[in-house]
Amino acid sequence: MEQIKIIGAGLAGLSAAIHLAKKGIPVTLVSFQPSERAQSVMAEGGINGAMDTMGENDSPAEHAADTMRAGCDLADPKAVENLTDHAPELLEWLLRLGTPLHRKDGRLIQRNFGGQKKKRTAYAQSSTGKVLMTALIDECRKYEASWLIHRLSHHEFVSLSVRDRRCLGVWIRDDHNGVIFFLPGPVIFVSGGLNGFFPGMTTGTTANTGNAAADLFAQGVAFANLEFIQYHPTTVQIPEKRMLISEAARGEGGRLFVERNGSPWYFMEEKYPKLGNLMPRDVVAREMYYVMHDDSTGHQVYLDLCGLSKQTWKEKLTDLREEIRYYLAIDPAKEPVPVSPGIHYFMGGILVDKFHRTNIAGLYAAGECACQYHGANRLGGNSTLGAIFGGKTAAETAAAEMADFQSGETQEKAPVWIESVPRRAKHLRDVLLSGLGILRTETGLKEALEQLENLSAVQDQTESNRRLLAKAMLLSALERRESRGAHTRTDYPDRDDEHFRKTSIVQIQNGAFVHHFAAIGKEMHND
Amino acid sequence: MTELLILRRKNQDEKPYWQRFNYDPKSTDDSVASALTALNEQENLRDAEGKPAAPIRWECSCLQKKCGACAMVINNRPRLACGARLSEFKGVVKIEPLRKFPVIADLMVDRSVMFENLKTLRLWFESDAKGKDKAMSVSYEASRCLQCGCCLEVCPNFHIDGKFTGTASAVPMARLLAQLPDSQKKAMTDKYRLHVYEGCGKSLACRNICPADLDIDEILLNSNAIAVWKRFF
Ligand SMILES: Cc1cc2nc3c(=O)[nH]c(=O)nc-3n(C[C@H](O)[C@H](O)[C@H](O)COP(=O)(O)OP(=O)(O)OC[C@H]3O[C@@H](n4cnc5c(N)ncnc54)[C@H](O)[C@@H]3O)c2cc1C
Ligand code: SF4
Ligand code: SF4
Ligand code: FES
Repeated sequence: MEQIKIIGAGLAGLSAAIHLAKKGIPVTLVSFQPSERAQSVMAEGGINGAMDTMGENDSPAEHAADTMRAGCDLADPKAVENLTDHAPELLEWLLRLGTPLHRKDGRLIQRNFGGQKKKRTAYAQSSTGKVLMTALIDECRKYEASWLIHRLSHHEFVSLSVRDRRCLGVWIRDDHNGVIFFLPGPVIFVSGGLNGFFPGMTTGTTANTGNAAADLFAQGVAFANLEFIQYHPTTVQIPEKRMLISEAARGEGGRLFVERNGSPWYFMEEKYPKLGNLMPRDVVAREMYYVMHDDSTGHQVYLDLCGLSKQTWKEKLTDLREEIRYYLAIDPAKEPVPVSPGIHYFMGGILVDKFHRTNIAGLYAAGECACQYHGANRLGGNSTLGAIFGGKTAAETAAAEMADFQSGETQEKAPVWIESVPRRAKHLRDVLLSGLGILRTETGLKEALEQLENLSAVQDQTESNRRLLAKAMLLSALERRESRGAHTRTDYPDRDDEHFRKTSIVQIQNGAFVHHFAAIGKEMHND
Repeated sequence: MTELLILRRKNQDEKPYWQRFNYDPKSTDDSVASALTALNEQENLRDAEGKPAAPIRWECSCLQKKCGACAMVINNRPRLACGARLSEFKGVVKIEPLRKFPVIADLMVDRSVMFENLKTLRLWFESDAKGKDKAMSVSYEASRCLQCGCCLEVCPNFHIDGKFTGTASAVPMARLLAQLPDSQKKAMTDKYRLHVYEGCGKSLACRNICPADLDIDEILLNSNAIAVWKRFF
């Protein structure tokens, strides 16, 4: 029987590897860089789970309801319930692994986060992802020592081998010596978000180039809800990228304002008296866009953290304060911080069912590269959770289906690997951004599609795959003729449940682009 | 205009050589990482003399001092390229790969020995972590180690084939020591003494080098108390 191969070693990849190894199933864990460099280490504000440690009568059902509401009812409710039901035991597991999540008097402390009615976000200052990763890396090492997990760091995914809609394995390349080789077996794909499509413009890492996803797409793997790209409300431009100012800053009392008639206008609090600054991210980003473009204001939005107590800074946000000081030369305890929305998360991705199967047998996907749990807008603290839980679920499914895997000789020759050209990534980015801003229109999207067609031809497989996936993003946004969550169409400003409370699916079939909408949770049966 | 002097090397078998580049910073916040990114984006990269040059190989990911990928030696000091602002330097900025590790190409080195050492030291929990409140602050600090290798670069006692595994292993070990289950106490404290405590010359050359600003003294004091003086939490 062929071993399971995992592509990616962030939270989702580590979780998948550990859960397989725990069952005694050997796996190969491939990643372009060691886990310490994965985007997951950057997660800041926290991880959700209805542990009810704050005496607020919280429950997994309420966590599910908040997730569905923030996602504008576009997530699969069954998958979401599965996630929120298992969140408390997953957090318990993380605590047993020694993850130093903030606690007091033996009790886990949870904080407020956007779009959630109860305090259910566990955290460690604003370095939650880092401490989660350290704990999982240590746990993974235990199985590496006993050879159940065989790590191939500095190995890049080059291409998937698919025949008759079955996955045969993966071609990978050793980045240290350039050797390309084939690894047969079922594949769990956990390669992170599509940041590399927006170099310089996202809060994440562009080491997640998106090339791997583009190869899958070109080979017929179905993708879903690609139009949903989360703009995080509070980011700042620093050299080469956008830097996130964690939502925890607002969770702990930060307020957004814009200057109007010479005084600060706390527009979120005025427009949304209940959740105020902690409305879901899509709503905040959109409101910011409006006030920034309103002629009666000073245009620049600020995050006001001056009211936070000394203790809050010390116990909960020391690292964030340091970061703002270093990058902006501002002490946020004394001066408001100028912020604007920036690309932060990809709700869409590889289409998976609630067991994390894709439309290709023997290929599974989880974490940010997959489309699951978040619907039209992700809740802060749900993606670290979704990555760990998704990785585990994908591992369980792959293990259960391992015996069905049919190995086959790949008759293909080793694919040619071409060094990526950073300039091209920026050209493609500019085309995508012209269509996929916070506000979108038919004209804008059509123009972007036209620009894409007009890009000069290249003899580069990776680049042509990337253009296909870029086209898929634009097409998905064009076809969704409504406004929902992170997708705002000024020409279709209303939400239209009758026609569009559906998963948008795009895929290449027999060489042609096919886009359709499918019933939520039943997508696989339609293709 | 900033002048960069970069130690180039095509691969392990070829000889290294210095190459000079000019970079025009876009802002005063530009870092060495900004310069390397911009140079590699040029259509036909040329050095300061106008000669064609191959793209410069280096590693990066977060560009925010959070992942340790971009550690290199900048003006004789190990630093993160994304945390080294060009405006800090006067004159030529000299950039080399970390010297304690085998070079793959240009500024990229093979740091796998660091990860192998963590395995040799058996750094994991065999059973549930103790998770006491008072262990949290050390656990948190120690969890923040980037595995960048800057501390090893300056340590006179660390060699990739030596028994002493240096601060880059002592820090992750501190996370485990602070919450160690009883069954692992003997084995791990033995490892600590053998691979860390006995090899460290206490020269403190590694002090103030850590780009994650970890308080190494404090973390090691804590581990010494546990592993050498048996003061468990
Ligand atoms: C600044 C920031 C803050 C965040 N804060 C939070 C938060 O507070 N709470 C929350 O829930 N979420 C947060 N998120 C989101 C969350 O961190 C990510 O969605 C999540 O960690 C993704 O995990 P992953 O395992 O799917 O992917 P990643 O951690 O991105 O891992 C991807 C892996 O795939 C590998 N890889 C990629 N391409 C290839 C290839 N071609 N070949 C081989 N390997 C490859 C990479 O090397 C890496 O190992 C934040 C994100 C950012 C950017
Ligand atoms: S104190 Fe000196 S010998 Fe000890 S780890 Fe630091 S640099 Fe090395
Ligand atoms: S202790 Fe500091 S310098 Fe050493 S590897 Fe860790 S982060 Fe780098
Ligand atoms: S790129 Fe991550 S630390 Fe510099």
